Amino acid sequence: MSLLIETLDFIQNNSDRVIDAGIRHVNLSFSALILAALVAIPVGIWLALTGRYVLLIINIANVGRTVPSLAILALAMPLLGTGFTPSLLALSLLAVPPILINTYVGFTGVDADTIDAARGIGLREAQITMQVRLPLALPMVFAGLRTAAVQVISGAVLAAYIGGGGFGEFITSGVAMMTIPMLLVGAIPATILAIAVDTLFSALQKTITPKGIRTS
Amino acid sequence: MIRIKGLKKQFAGAERPVVNDLDLDIPEGELCVLIGLSGCGKTTTLRMINRMIEADSGLIEVSSRDISRQDPVELRRHIGYVIQQVGLFPHQHIADNIATVPKLLGWKPARIQNRIDELLSLVGLEPAQYRHRFPRELSGGQRQRVGVARALAADPPVMLMDEPFGAIDPINRVNLQDEFLNILRKLKKTIVLVTHDIDEALKMGDRIAILNEGKVLQVASPDELLNRPINEFVASFLGNGRSLKRLSLLCANDVCISGPPIAGSSMIAANSSARTALSMLLESGSKMLGVSDASNTVIGHITMETLQARLARRESND
Repeated sequence: MSLLIETLDFIQNNSDRVIDAGIRHVNLSFSALILAALVAIPVGIWLALTGRYVLLIINIANVGRTVPSLAILALAMPLLGTGFTPSLLALSLLAVPPILINTYVGFTGVDADTIDAARGIGLREAQITMQVRLPLALPMVFAGLRTAAVQVISGAVLAAYIGGGGFGEFITSGVAMMTIPMLLVGAIPATILAIAVDTLFSALQKTITPKGIRTS
Repeated sequence: MIRIKGLKKQFAGAERPVVNDLDLDIPEGELCVLIGLSGCGKTTTLRMINRMIEADSGLIEVSSRDISRQDPVELRRHIGYVIQQVGLFPHQHIADNIATVPKLLGWKPARIQNRIDELLSLVGLEPAQYRHRFPRELSGGQRQRVGVARALAADPPVMLMDEPFGAIDPINRVNLQDEFLNILRKLKKTIVLVTHDIDEALKMGDRIAILNEGKVLQVASPDELLNRPINEFVASFLGNGRSLKRLSLLCANDVCISGPPIAGSSMIAANSSARTALSMLLESGSKMLGVSDASNTVIGHITMETLQARLARRESND
């Protein structure tokens, strides 16, 4: 009980710092997610449509998936230095594999007969991609974004190690100073944020799934 | 209407061409069936007509125009295309599926809406009930009805159908064959239909082209084909009981000769098949069947000799 009071006290006395950290955490995470999506979605579509370099790129992405978040951030530091930008780039790298793989799988998973019929009745390739492939692949792409979003929000906690800021700062300082309330001020909001974003993306995913292919 | 001359296609890595110097002329309004064993080139030939597959050499003309000089996409918008797996867009309502080609051709919305209703009624689906359904809410047979409606949407003069009944269960298949045959005859479309089912070919085709190793072995009307297969391969492809199959293609009306039957003869309806007439003759043990029309008026009679004489004739005169 006293721990909770101490934690709330800390928040009250440092409300500016907590709000700043929250804004920075969200800013960092979403910038990284958007940056990753801007790269991974077009590349995923290109891979699916052309079928070139698929094995190479998907394998790289799969390896990327297994590298621990902390390791990616650690690798970013000697190359890019510290602060917001290196954290952003490292987190983007973390978000690319799930988005890329899901985009690829979503676009290649569209039923071949549906594509054959679309082409056979006279849709142009661009029309097939926009009117047939895209709506049918979108749920899968969103599932990738959802995974990536949660990963990035968790990963952003570690960005504090390389000066990225965010809730991670309270955790690293809390651990260093053995101040549990401070540690919780970092840990609890970061967890809530991750769960909230997961819920949000899950709802979005349902909304963008075309009615005709919804399973429930 | 469709003229194919010296058509050749060999796929990369294949040992020999799948279509090899194939010639075929299909006059306007004819339903021509392409049939043969797997790998005979029937589907490849069909798909070369709308340039889903590009020919290596040879000529294809549709409506007297060389298709190789047309934009393939424009060409396809004027040729109906129906495939076994239908390939409806699962995320679109039935109405939007049917509207696809008219929209591509820039029809006015009101015209498109009327066309959707017209086509749904034509293929036997109540527009109000089915317009706003999704493909997954339909049975396999209903989906293929929509597939045909979509192919007919912009009223193309030519239809290509690749095993359209292949995925339909046997009972619904027969009904759907009958219905589509009626619809397509009424619309006077030129149709190329690929199947591997000889009974379907005999039932649907005005003419049947039997393909083997990328060439047309024989192209003839079902009656002619059954009566005079040009070689053993064609004969074996047609199967046993060719005379019976010929009789099933004819109505009692086609074979009956005028004059009343002898007293006590069994009666058969004029629209029953001649094969049914034979069966009745065998079962009843009598020498003669009376033939009556829809209003129960006796229009003639059939004997065993009538049937034999009909089978001995080369061309049907229906």
